[in-house]
Amino acid sequence: MTSIPSPPRNPLIQGLGQVGLGLLTLAITLLGLLLVTFIIARVVPTDPVLSIVGERATQAQMDAIRVRLGLDLPLWQQFLIYVRDAVQGDLGTSIRSGQSVASEIARYFPATLELATLGTIFGTLVGVPAGVLAATRPGSIADQIVRVVGLMGYSMPVFWLGLIGLLVFYGQLDWVAGPGRLDPTYDMMMQFTLTSYTGMILVDSALNGAWDVFANAISHIVLPAGILGYVSMAYISRMTRSFMMNELGQEYITTARVKGMPEWRVIWVHAMKNVSVPLITVIALSYAYLLEGSVLTETIFAWPGLGSYITDALFANDMPAVLGGTVVVGVVFVTLNMVSDILYRLADPRART
Amino acid sequence: MQIKHGFSRAAAIAALLGGTAPLALWAETPADTLVLADAIDDIVSIDPHEAFEFSGTDLNNNLYDTLIELDPTKPGELVPGLAESWAVAEDGMTYTFKVKSGITFSSGNPVTAEDAALSLRRVVKLNKTPAFILTQFGLTPENVDQMITFDGDTVTLKTDKAYAPSFVYNCLTAGVANIVDIKTVMANEVEGDMGNAWLKQNSAGTGAYVLRSFKPNEGYVLEARTGHWRGDAKIKNVFMQHVPEGATQRLLLEKGDIDIAREMTPTDIDGVTGNPDVTVQNDVGGQLYYLALNQKKAELANPKVQEAMRWAVDYSGMTDSILKGQWVVHQAFLPEGFLGALTENPYSLDIEKAKALLAESGVTLPLEVGLTVRNNQERLDIATSLQNTFAQAGINLTLDVGDGAQVLEKYRARQHDITIQTWGPDYPDPHTNASTFAMNPDNSDEAGATGYLAWRTAWEPGELHAMTEAAVVEKDTAARTAMYEEIQRKHRDNSAFVMMFQQARQDAMRANVSGFYAGGATDSATYWLVTK
Repeated sequence: MTSIPSPPRNPLIQGLGQVGLGLLTLAITLLGLLLVTFIIARVVPTDPVLSIVGERATQAQMDAIRVRLGLDLPLWQQFLIYVRDAVQGDLGTSIRSGQSVASEIARYFPATLELATLGTIFGTLVGVPAGVLAATRPGSIADQIVRVVGLMGYSMPVFWLGLIGLLVFYGQLDWVAGPGRLDPTYDMMMQFTLTSYTGMILVDSALNGAWDVFANAISHIVLPAGILGYVSMAYISRMTRSFMMNELGQEYITTARVKGMPEWRVIWVHAMKNVSVPLITVIALSYAYLLEGSVLTETIFAWPGLGSYITDALFANDMPAVLGGTVVVGVVFVTLNMVSDILYRLADPRART
Repeated sequence: MQIKHGFSRAAAIAALLGGTAPLALWAETPADTLVLADAIDDIVSIDPHEAFEFSGTDLNNNLYDTLIELDPTKPGELVPGLAESWAVAEDGMTYTFKVKSGITFSSGNPVTAEDAALSLRRVVKLNKTPAFILTQFGLTPENVDQMITFDGDTVTLKTDKAYAPSFVYNCLTAGVANIVDIKTVMANEVEGDMGNAWLKQNSAGTGAYVLRSFKPNEGYVLEARTGHWRGDAKIKNVFMQHVPEGATQRLLLEKGDIDIAREMTPTDIDGVTGNPDVTVQNDVGGQLYYLALNQKKAELANPKVQEAMRWAVDYSGMTDSILKGQWVVHQAFLPEGFLGALTENPYSLDIEKAKALLAESGVTLPLEVGLTVRNNQERLDIATSLQNTFAQAGINLTLDVGDGAQVLEKYRARQHDITIQTWGPDYPDPHTNASTFAMNPDNSDEAGATGYLAWRTAWEPGELHAMTEAAVVEKDTAARTAMYEEIQRKHRDNSAFVMMFQQARQDAMRANVSGFYAGGATDSATYWLVTK
């Protein structure tokens, strides 16, 4: 008996299968996230209606609002309605402002995206070389400096760093502009004479060719992005160091060195190729962390981002807004995970089969 | 009104700032733009007929006008706004207002009696949170078209009974009674919302400024009108930036990047004192701090115990330290600035007197009582001070801490022993506070009359209820003033409430800024007189 030859694998079908699997994972993860957030939101011992109607309301007014919001329905029914709307891109209406949560998040998210992206670029550009430097000279002064600087990034509260940063670089040295995204003059220019495409000021001002606005935005963003970048740099450099130390102990490195390959090539080409695989995950995670919005940094720098949006909503008991914000953060997290998985596959041939 | 949260954040941050040398001056705000920093995250809506939070009414005060206004320099005095004269008929139920001619809205439309009447009707028909300020005169969405009418240049308002005219007039000075350009507003109506959605992003008023943009939790931009009926605003643009952190506001102010900082903590204010480039302007606000003693607990219904507590609060100790610059001692339920407000403060910390009163009261000592308080730093500081001085007198307070909604829920369900609370007036007439602190038509649990603070703490106000009802219909303003003074005295000395503090406001500004008026207890901020 001859065995039936297995059909040749179609790479397209295989790729689609992986994407499908990824989307399924995404859906399940989000559903789980929604369920947990929803339950927490509903079982907290405060009445969401009270936060809408305020001090003066009568019981009748409160009951009317309870019915209007569907809070009188059984919990599972409320959940199903929420999921059904969320799938259609309707994250509900903010209790506090009466605006749609989706449109509010669309306004806050670009500010966070801009800040987190710059922070991650900064953290990676400094963190990776610093980690490599420390790994290639373990125990040296350079290693010690990288370790101490990294430790400070880990352990110092970010709002404190932000405040000290403001005092020194804005207050004393005048190297950067103060809190907020733009000076009033440029802010009004951005609002009233330029076209907004993305909500990200750096991108929008560049697209408009308004380089004075762009420069002003850079001088505003550089400090908060630097602070966030420092925190992410601390993490990235530590991880790079440990991945690199591990690789440098491998036999193929010794072989490369014996063959007389220049040291920079050994490190940045041979070892880095393998280090980059786990490093992608580290950077993606740290990016996701910054995208959740750093509440304290946003507060200190008067930065209207997602973190302060969710926090303000929490304080106001505005559960649709909290839920909506959580869903967006969840989507960002899962998406970044998927992207890092794909990059992982590209970087590591073993992961492709 | 709802109080802003996040009032005092990390004191450590401010302490950090306090340790630094005076900051270099560099930046300057544009000469034609007034730049303010405030925490404006309390804004829910800026539709003048819906706005009921401080930051929103401050904004609207510069975009809209009312028919009549309060004179900021003389508490209780009325001055013309969009109406040149007003009168009440013999029956005490028919009010007429003659609208000034020659005033235009920002659209260019002339202000007419029709705009005024339809604006007031809109308040009642929209029926948003502050609508009760007008509907309490017997106006309903069904009858308002008959109760508020217009003819020529005259608006007529009918009430369901004869109230004190000063009560009606004072309510018409509130932000909810702002007159809007009804033609423009209705042209932007969507799905029968009477232009509500549009007015959350645009303005249509007679104010000195026009709204150019509003972004919640971010800020707003105003532009001055030319040829304004009050005289043109001195500064062309107003730029409000939402800056939640007081320490950040201080830094911006000292650097000259903003002109006025409206939400600085006492520590930040201390920090800028002595800086020649910065001045601090003091004003009062309408909020009050008080203790409510639940009368369902027998010991707390004992008048001697109540009086002992009044002598066991370290009023000035707190306003000199933890509440410095933010609150002043005030022991009556009408805030200073209101018609008839009492300014005398007879009580001070006297442990011996409190001990003697407790001994006379016959309750078992030490008295064990719970103190329900919100988990906010300022309130916890007050609770700690009370715990300390009450213990010296013989009352052991056990703190029961919860978030804002939890504490409010408990208070409304009458489940507290004692609770620390704030209250702010809803409109600039003494009835707003008198009706809630000194009236309680039905003290039974079933009544569920949570709108009355007296009911919430299960207190039966006795004669004060009738006295308050009489005061709100008293036609003679001088007599009405005297009635409120008497009600406040009786309430202060014998009630389930211990009135403690009135809000103070401190606005810090660049030394070249003048003409800024924060609005006191009865009014809102005014930008159009500012020069720099």
